[in-house]
Amino acid sequence: MKDDHCELRIANCELRDARRIVIFCGHYGSGKTNIAVNYALWRKRTADKVAIIDLDIVNPYFRTKDSDAELRKAGVELICSDYAGSNLDIPALPAEMQRPIADRSWTTVIDVGGDDQGAVALGRFSDQIRDEGNYDMLFVANFYRPLTRTPEEALGVLREIEAACGLRFTGVVNNSNLGRETTPADVLGTAQKAEALCKLANLPLVMTTVEASLLGKMQKNSCQVFPLTLQSKIF
Amino acid sequence: MSEKVLMKGNEAIAEAAILAGCRHYFGYPITPQTEIAAYMAKKMPKIGGCFLQAESEIAAINMVYGVAGAGKRVMTSSSSPGISLKSEGLSYLAGSDLPAFVVNVQRGGPGLGGIQPSQSDYFQATKGGGHGDYKMIVLAPASVQEMASLTVKGFDLADKYRMTAMILADGTMGQMMEPVSLSAVDVKDYDKPWAVTGTKMQRKHNIVNSLSLVPEELEQLNFARFERYKEVEANEVMYEEYLMDDAELCVVAFGIAARVSKNAINEARKAGVKVGMIRPITLWPFPKAPLLAAADRVRQFISVELNMGQMVEDIELAIRCKKPVTLCNRVGGMIPDPQQVLEAILNADKGGNA
Repeated sequence: MKDDHCELRIANCELRDARRIVIFCGHYGSGKTNIAVNYALWRKRTADKVAIIDLDIVNPYFRTKDSDAELRKAGVELICSDYAGSNLDIPALPAEMQRPIADRSWTTVIDVGGDDQGAVALGRFSDQIRDEGNYDMLFVANFYRPLTRTPEEALGVLREIEAACGLRFTGVVNNSNLGRETTPADVLGTAQKAEALCKLANLPLVMTTVEASLLGKMQKNSCQVFPLTLQSKIF
Repeated sequence: MSEKVLMKGNEAIAEAAILAGCRHYFGYPITPQTEIAAYMAKKMPKIGGCFLQAESEIAAINMVYGVAGAGKRVMTSSSSPGISLKSEGLSYLAGSDLPAFVVNVQRGGPGLGGIQPSQSDYFQATKGGGHGDYKMIVLAPASVQEMASLTVKGFDLADKYRMTAMILADGTMGQMMEPVSLSAVDVKDYDKPWAVTGTKMQRKHNIVNSLSLVPEELEQLNFARFERYKEVEANEVMYEEYLMDDAELCVVAFGIAARVSKNAINEARKAGVKVGMIRPITLWPFPKAPLLAAADRVRQFISVELNMGQMVEDIELAIRCKKPVTLCNRVGGMIPDPQQVLEAILNADKGGNA
């Protein structure tokens, strides 16, 4: 991660006045975990106590837990299933997750599992989060995913998630990408779709996310760009 | 859909199956292949297809038997323990000479094992698994794009030879996301005069059955079936050679192990070691000929596998034990990293790191 470079761009990236609880939901495989981890690290720069909650009960393979060491180093507390990344596929969540949601001295990022099935786990906290009224729930969209190719399809998933968790979205994140082959043109080419989704859902586009190395090539883009450092792979 | 989309390996299989004309999916959820079922559940109703979550794996494979008997393209998918449950059905499909398409996204075993990736069902897939003398065509993709292309190929081969074609992937291949371009498939329609489609009072009844009480007849059925297998062995072997022209060492690996190995081979080449790879794409039929040919040129084979060395036996048979075969492996849900494979290559003459 080229830290100074990122610093500069994030400073320019005027995210809306940041709420205490920020929740990332979306279609599975749309990139929620990578965004949640990067976002939590970014919030840590201005907040003292930052926690990230891994609510994913759907995907046992790629998880927040994979970034444990990095989060720990930065002083971000990770709260996840005791079984995350293990050989057990048990959708059990620890009671400890309640702490940074109930205790308002924490800045809390919540990484929710994919689709409506994943969002069910969020429902347990919905009343509390709604009552406090200091949250953002962001819909992560990747228009290169086969089941959310159009704004209409993405809206379908968005509504299913709202119905499953009992919270309304407050914004959209455009994370359209083709993995490691993504070019700036691929990202920019989805701007209209993102705009259309925002119009359909009556939500603001909060940010467009790109892999950090693409950032320099995105300067002319008018949308707010948030850089991501991706989890590494050995194959 | 010819532009690129970002897909999980599991989704690529599901979409490719639909493109290949499959409109019947029967399954039972199990990690790490559940996205195939989830994708089918979302898509099949929209295109007039049938997605059915059966009450068990055994029910699902017998539904596959039913649709295959009716001459339609049909599939099921599962992961290791689920494939064991389906093995009886696989044997019945073979005994009835029915074309079917089956996916095994392997996880660690034996027993319930774990949910992390593995290649330890190699024997089960290539040597049978169910009872009786039979073979399946076993395809081993090493990219998300190949998950799609080998699915299309698998449906075609199944129809062509009236056999089960199986994708043998692993949890990582199923879960990893890569850009894929999927275009319309030219589906070849095979004549299926044996299919149970209703006589319309115009022909004799077709009977789909694996029971044969007359031993002489059953023997002839087995002989005839193995004549067909010989054709598959002669015509359908697929493999990739990587930097084998001047290679003195040959890595043999499939699926995710081949991807890791490629990185290790590139590193070893930088260090001046002449190493290449033969990557079987069909595990059955096994690429015996290129391995045997390589045995005259290389001094050693290194089998990289996510199991305790199952493919080693096939390599030794293919090369007629002309050269030593060492094993570089991880098991139980672990994946060898490029460094481990690199060390196996660098230490080849000291017996590898096995």
